[in-house]
Amino acid sequence: MSIFEYNGSAIVAMVGKNCFAIASDRRLGVQLQTIATDFQKIYRIHDKLFIGLAGLATDAQTLHQRLVFRHKLYKLREERDMKPETFASLVSAIQYEKRFGPYFCQPVIAGLGDDDKPFICTMDSIGAKELAKDFVVAGTASESLYGACESMYRPDMEAEELFETISQALISSIDRDCLSGWGGHVYLVTPTEVTERVLKGRMD
Amino acid sequence: MGDSQYSFSLTTFSPSGKLVQIEHALTAVGSGQTSLGIKAANGVVIATEKKLPSILVDETSVQKIQSLTPNIGVVYSGMGPDSRVLVRKSRKQAEQYYRLYKEPIPVTQLVRETATVMQEFTQSGGVRPFGVSLLVAGFDDKGPQLYQVDPSGSYFSWKASAMGKNVSNAKTFLEKRYTEDMELDDAVHTAILTLKEGFEGQISGKNIEIGVIGNDKIFRVLTASEVEDYLQEVE
Repeated sequence: MSIFEYNGSAIVAMVGKNCFAIASDRRLGVQLQTIATDFQKIYRIHDKLFIGLAGLATDAQTLHQRLVFRHKLYKLREERDMKPETFASLVSAIQYEKRFGPYFCQPVIAGLGDDDKPFICTMDSIGAKELAKDFVVAGTASESLYGACESMYRPDMEAEELFETISQALISSIDRDCLSGWGGHVYLVTPTEVTERVLKGRMD
Repeated sequence: MGDSQYSFSLTTFSPSGKLVQIEHALTAVGSGQTSLGIKAANGVVIATEKKLPSILVDETSVQKIQSLTPNIGVVYSGMGPDSRVLVRKSRKQAEQYYRLYKEPIPVTQLVRETATVMQEFTQSGGVRPFGVSLLVAGFDDKGPQLYQVDPSGSYFSWKASAMGKNVSNAKTFLEKRYTEDMELDDAVHTAILTLKEGFEGQISGKNIEIGVIGNDKIFRVLTASEVEDYLQEVE
């Protein structure tokens, strides 16, 4: 049993036309036992920057706390929000600090950068960044997610269509994964607003 | 480490509330060669006298104006070796910022960190304050910026400023000549004229140094012949 499969998770982010969506499942388990069905895995750093953390839940929470700390100080010093690319470099650096005793997390970062250009990326648990133009996935359901996204994704989708696509990809993947599930949490972000929706899938 | 008699801070307060060592550091700055900076609408220029102790010195080997990052440059008045230490530390801090964020350091952040270093040397045991004031010129997302950093660690943003021997005349001259919508070329001319005001001897491309940064966000020191061209335009 891998440490990454202890709690169970599924995270996906997709790029649309001047917008992005980031979604996760809601299950928190301890191996086969389900503990919570409303567990938050996507966190808001600022209105145009979200991070989803897959993997071991305790490391995800600690890493999130450290990142919020760093961003708050950055905002006080530089009097501006962090750009998504900059934030991704920061997460990568923080993870590599723990190269020989890592955080067992796989982050998915999604944000709107300069001129509201959508930015997504993921990295492994020791900070190897992977930038993508279309979608990124993480978690125990990642293999199903890759397949679902690859077939359902099209470039330059508008916000509502992107929401439908990412929801379908997420639900169909977590339905096939025993460690993730109990519905989904989708954030849809455009330059003007952030919409948060809860999905109902197989509740098991 | 060190003799116990000397492991106290040289910058202990005087009864009048001053830190005497910092005052003396400012005096050292005030007797250094004149340097100045002007912020234009589309760039920044910094300049300094480059009076060498003897005609036998190879002036091409001396460079007082240095870059801290590709888009930030610095000039000093005061003790040259002290400025080299600060340049070295600032460059390292700029690179550390880049390594962490993969983003070039904003001018204000670099100035703040350099000023912090200078302040540390006014509150530590067994060290003395830096005998230089720095003029930092940079161009980043917030546009052209000019900052002065003093031995105490205080820093100010300026539209135009001067330091060193001829500071009061130079500042008066700059106050009269400065306009908000100056272009970079006009600023270079004004910088040269200001240096000329207090210059002893014949000014030439070999005994002044000028650094500019424009909309291209690349800081560079002008060559002697480029300086000569500007000097002739000013004549």
